[in-house]
Amino acid sequence: MHDDMTKDREILKLLEQDSRMPAERIAAMVGEDVDNIRNRIREWENAGIIRRYKTVIDWERYGVERVFAFIDVSVTPERGAGFDDIARRIYRYPEVHSVYLVSGGHDLRVVVEGDSMKQVANFVAEKLATIDRVNSTNTHFLLKKYKDDGDLFVETDADHRLMVTP
Amino acid sequence: MKSLNETVTATPPSGIRRFFDIAAQMDDVISLSVGEPDFVTPWRIREAGIYAIEHGFTAYTSNSGLPKLIQAISEYLHSRYQVYYEKDQILITVGVSEGLDLALRAILNTGDEVIYAEPCYVSYAPGIRFAGGVAVPVHTHGDDGFRIHPKDIEAAVTPKTKALLLCYPNNPTGATQNREDLQRIVDIAVKHDLYIISDEIYDRLTYIGKHTCLSSLNGAADRTILLNGFSKAYAMTGWRVAYACAPKPIAENMLKIHQYTMLCAPHMVQLAALEAILKAGNDVEEMVADYDHRRRLFVRGLNEIGMGCIEPKGAFYAFPSIRHTGLTSEQFASKLLLEERVAVVPGNAFGASGEGYVRCCYATALSQLEEALERMERFMQKIQMERKSTNVSSEALKI
Repeated sequence: MHDDMTKDREILKLLEQDSRMPAERIAAMVGEDVDNIRNRIREWENAGIIRRYKTVIDWERYGVERVFAFIDVSVTPERGAGFDDIARRIYRYPEVHSVYLVSGGHDLRVVVEGDSMKQVANFVAEKLATIDRVNSTNTHFLLKKYKDDGDLFVETDADHRLMVTP
Repeated sequence: MKSLNETVTATPPSGIRRFFDIAAQMDDVISLSVGEPDFVTPWRIREAGIYAIEHGFTAYTSNSGLPKLIQAISEYLHSRYQVYYEKDQILITVGVSEGLDLALRAILNTGDEVIYAEPCYVSYAPGIRFAGGVAVPVHTHGDDGFRIHPKDIEAAVTPKTKALLLCYPNNPTGATQNREDLQRIVDIAVKHDLYIISDEIYDRLTYIGKHTCLSSLNGAADRTILLNGFSKAYAMTGWRVAYACAPKPIAENMLKIHQYTMLCAPHMVQLAALEAILKAGNDVEEMVADYDHRRRLFVRGLNEIGMGCIEPKGAFYAFPSIRHTGLTSEQFASKLLLEERVAVVPGNAFGASGEGYVRCCYATALSQLEEALERMERFMQKIQMERKSTNVSSEALKI
């Protein structure tokens, strides 16, 4: 059981790094049968453990400007529903990239995405701040992305090793 | 001019270096001929080195090394392998290479013999000779996974034998040895009163089974010099920092040579090493898991393209046989480099028993490994075709 779990985690981590990694390669890397790998991946897809396969794109490098803002939101939780209900009201907007319930001076950390600062500012003013029980918002615009979700968005160092070493 | 030192002059330069000169002048070469991790030193360790420089830790340390680092090594070895070394038995060296040189010079008199298992790291035989010793190789073979047979060791013992030199997990074969065989080897050392030098620089890179620290075996501790360091496990090759642990009289001798020749390992580097041994355990585990994935993929790939390879259980090398190609290791490696631009190291660079093999390091990016396998597959097919046509023409000649 323990060994299986370790292997499962290994496979999931490989897919997390590269969702397009062929089952054959995963099988070779973890020392498993290809069919087993395929079956397990299918099971995880069905169970909602693998949510979906996505691609990390550096839009700025491509030439598309996208604006992100981190918004600290203070809310009054509702009796019986806690923060879940108000979080739902926020995350249903397609402009909302992520919503986290956090500890500290604020309650929710919301990441909003838009084509321009104006668009994001309008969304906050018109949609977010006006939700019942939202007490305050504090908006921080993203200026430069260095590392996102484990991915570096700046040039990485070259391999400085010699061609042949002992 | 008067003649130079005869021993040094008579020693050929490293076969690896010779090969380097050719490869370095070519473009688009995939190099499987490095002997180091493809990871950069984990950031926390680099940062500790920077901090040390910023805060002025730029002076000498005591000859044996920073007490904090020595203490940490002592505790680490105790918790990991249940071996116990007191502070004055541990010496911080500038790489295991220095540790090996110190160990050999500390114990050898001119003409003493050192038995070592081949294939092995390129510096063993020259190191023994530079220390005035006689290098006595014991051959291991791919057919049985480069297992070292205790009886072969015993057969090589003479009245002049002073020490055994072992390296497991092994460079270049990736072989490990089981605990029982190692215990038998220790028993031989006890029987014939031999020292043992155990180079365990690849200990953390053990993928199958558990590493046996030689000093932990019965009767080993008071005759074993344990060499280990930070280069491979923590991806710190360029920092040049390692340690040697030895019985007190040997440690004292080693310290004397070290203090008169090297003085001490760099201060800031020792502080980085301290961070490594105390805090970088997770980094090591992640790197090891990554090597293991590539190891499986690459070894499977080699076997599929006809470069038969025993499963390397440690280090980051595969050592496939190329005997059936009819080429020598050097011919194979230079032909592969020139025709397909893949650099591997000819097995004979690691001693005569490495002939018929090449060393491939799989500590390189996955995409590079896969590309290298494709190129090598093409190469193997071409060689087979060439062999067939030469066979046909020699048949024709007979008629």
